[in-house]
Amino acid sequence: MKPLLLGALAMVLALVVAIAGCSRTETYVIGSKLHTEQHILAEVLAQTLESAGYQVDRKLNLGGTKIVFNALATGEVHAYVEYSGTIQEVILKSSRTLSLQEISADLAEQGIETLEPLGFNNSYAFGIHEDLAKETNLTKISELRDHPELRFYFSHEFLEREDGYPSLKRHYGLTQDADGIEHALALRAIVEQEIDVTDLYTTDAEIEHFDLKVLEDDLQFFPKYLALPLVRADLPVEVKQLLNVAANSLTDAAMANLNYQVHIEQQPAATVARNFLATLNVKSNYVAETIGDKLIDRTLEHLFLAAVALLAATTIALTISIAVYSQPSLSKAIAYGAGLLQTIPSLALLALMVPLFGIGKLPAIVALFLYSLLPIIRTTVTALTTVDPILVQVADGMGYTRGQTLRYIQIPLSLPAILAGIRISAIICIGTATLAAFIGGGGLGDLIFQGLQLDDTRLIVIGAGAAALMAIVVELMFETIEKFVVPGHIAALAKVSGNQLAT
Amino acid sequence: MRSDIECCARLAGVGKRLGNRWIFRDVDAELPAGEVTAVIGASGSGKTTILRLINGLYAPDEGSVKVLGEPVPDHDQYAFRRNIGYAVQGAGLFPHMTVAENITKLAKLEGWPHERIAKRLDDLLELTDLAKELKTRFPYELSGGQQHRVSLCRALMLEPQVLLLDEPFSAIDAITRREIQDAFRVLQQQLQISAVLVTHDIQEAARLAQYLLVLAEGAVVQKGPTQAVLDDPEPTFLKNLVSTAS
Repeated sequence: MKPLLLGALAMVLALVVAIAGCSRTETYVIGSKLHTEQHILAEVLAQTLESAGYQVDRKLNLGGTKIVFNALATGEVHAYVEYSGTIQEVILKSSRTLSLQEISADLAEQGIETLEPLGFNNSYAFGIHEDLAKETNLTKISELRDHPELRFYFSHEFLEREDGYPSLKRHYGLTQDADGIEHALALRAIVEQEIDVTDLYTTDAEIEHFDLKVLEDDLQFFPKYLALPLVRADLPVEVKQLLNVAANSLTDAAMANLNYQVHIEQQPAATVARNFLATLNVKSNYVAETIGDKLIDRTLEHLFLAAVALLAATTIALTISIAVYSQPSLSKAIAYGAGLLQTIPSLALLALMVPLFGIGKLPAIVALFLYSLLPIIRTTVTALTTVDPILVQVADGMGYTRGQTLRYIQIPLSLPAILAGIRISAIICIGTATLAAFIGGGGLGDLIFQGLQLDDTRLIVIGAGAAALMAIVVELMFETIEKFVVPGHIAALAKVSGNQLAT
Repeated sequence: MRSDIECCARLAGVGKRLGNRWIFRDVDAELPAGEVTAVIGASGSGKTTILRLINGLYAPDEGSVKVLGEPVPDHDQYAFRRNIGYAVQGAGLFPHMTVAENITKLAKLEGWPHERIAKRLDDLLELTDLAKELKTRFPYELSGGQQHRVSLCRALMLEPQVLLLDEPFSAIDAITRREIQDAFRVLQQQLQISAVLVTHDIQEAARLAQYLLVLAEGAVVQKGPTQAVLDDPEPTFLKNLVSTAS
């Protein structure tokens, strides 16, 4: 048993070292949240560095402010673009409005430097149809006081939040009542002129698409969401200077236009960023990946994640099972423990790994590994303990040692069930690995989330289809392995119990 | 009292407990070497326990057990057990191994040379009247009778000095059982091996054993050469058995 255990340990150690080694590079890492605008801005930063000859690693589609900010704080990400309002509320958790100087000072304590604002403010605003704007000459929210006849429809959240419309109504002294409506419907309804005023984001791609006019927040009701590149304070000065490339160069309308090109015109974010950089006299040679390239690259990443996690889980789970199967209470406790892990929603488990292992492939692999343990442990322990007791007794009586009985009798007879457990884990790994993209682990989830974000069904279908195909191929592969490894009549004998285990 | 050479196993004042209940106590028995001893008794009388005390699967709670003149070792029993053949009810063949693997696996693990293994395997197959073609078959491809013959071969492979048989022929039909019993008798006489046979079948005991050990109500109630016991059965249940059998 000892060599087996040592071997397993060595393998896991080697894996950890290999993976840790991969993520420690001399290149600069640019992050972004799962959002079109973030994606474009990350490309702007990344391509600027690349055009100056630096290597860049892109960690796009990260699952939220906390994940990407913590990655910046720990140095796993070197730069990304954040919004002043988000910094104030989510990161610094301040209840009052902070000036840019205050934000910079607070972040500096965490080793983070704020660069020059990009110029635009991605905040709430009111939108009306351009024709209506021409008719009424409306340009500011305060002017709405003179138009009590206009029909107000707001998104449910804005309508109901205390700091939403009720508060704004008092602030501006408006008299109009408002009703709730879905955001996407509201924009169409404005085009159809069925409603007059709705809330939107100042850089929404739809502003240009639907010919909307944004009313100025002239009494400064909405908090500012100024786009601010955040960088590690310890970056070289010349790199920080490069990352200041887009300082004060984007108005709300200009950003909305870039979003429009990606979201509505379906141009790759990388291409839109390259064209924008050209207007700043930065010549980027970056070519957006084709779908084919992406598919191959993400499929390989996906396979890597699933395979490494499965290999580690198989080694560890088999070692544990063999070590504990003969002690019912201990194996029960371990099965409960593994079962508990299984009840944690996969997304939550991935998020839990971030504080421990940061972002990237390692936390994704650890989460997948934990997820794969249970099916293997449960099937293996059950199979080993349910081998016909007469056979074990005969082996004992004949003088097989415990190890020999295990190796030559119990394990071979349990093989169909053990393989079934590994197969279930493999499928779980492949399915769950699509979520790795949330924490920068890559994989086919990148395509799926990008598709969701861009409303691009083709990308979603390609990503999800590839993952499903991979699951089917792996399933067939296991069937083949089983045919070679397990003598036919044992497979037939085990079929009944194996199927029971599998469900 | 027999000498150690005349005696394949000697139990002296042996008692065995299962939890708080004594299966039996004060068992004294000398099982003759080179002959077949049948341990007979109703189910629950502790017949199988006697076998397990002999090959060390159980340790006695009182008294002592000697096999071939030596006390049963309390550690490294694997080597000790390999000197004692073992066959059980229903053949107990390993379903994932071929006939040859079932028989020779332990010899390979013991490091026997290839030629010796091959020769011993062929000899055993011949001795038990099994065709050589069966070597590569799996147990499920064999008839019940063939499976039991393979089980005997397996028990004999390592040239043991003692053979323990736990109701080996009880799960087969009457005609096949008769065949196997005959085969076993021939084989035992040729090899002159000491054998301990657990059975609840008085006819089988009478056919195969030269010595009987009768267990009932937690003790040995009668023992001696088969004919002597059958001529004058002491416990009532044995009397009934003998009278219905004859």
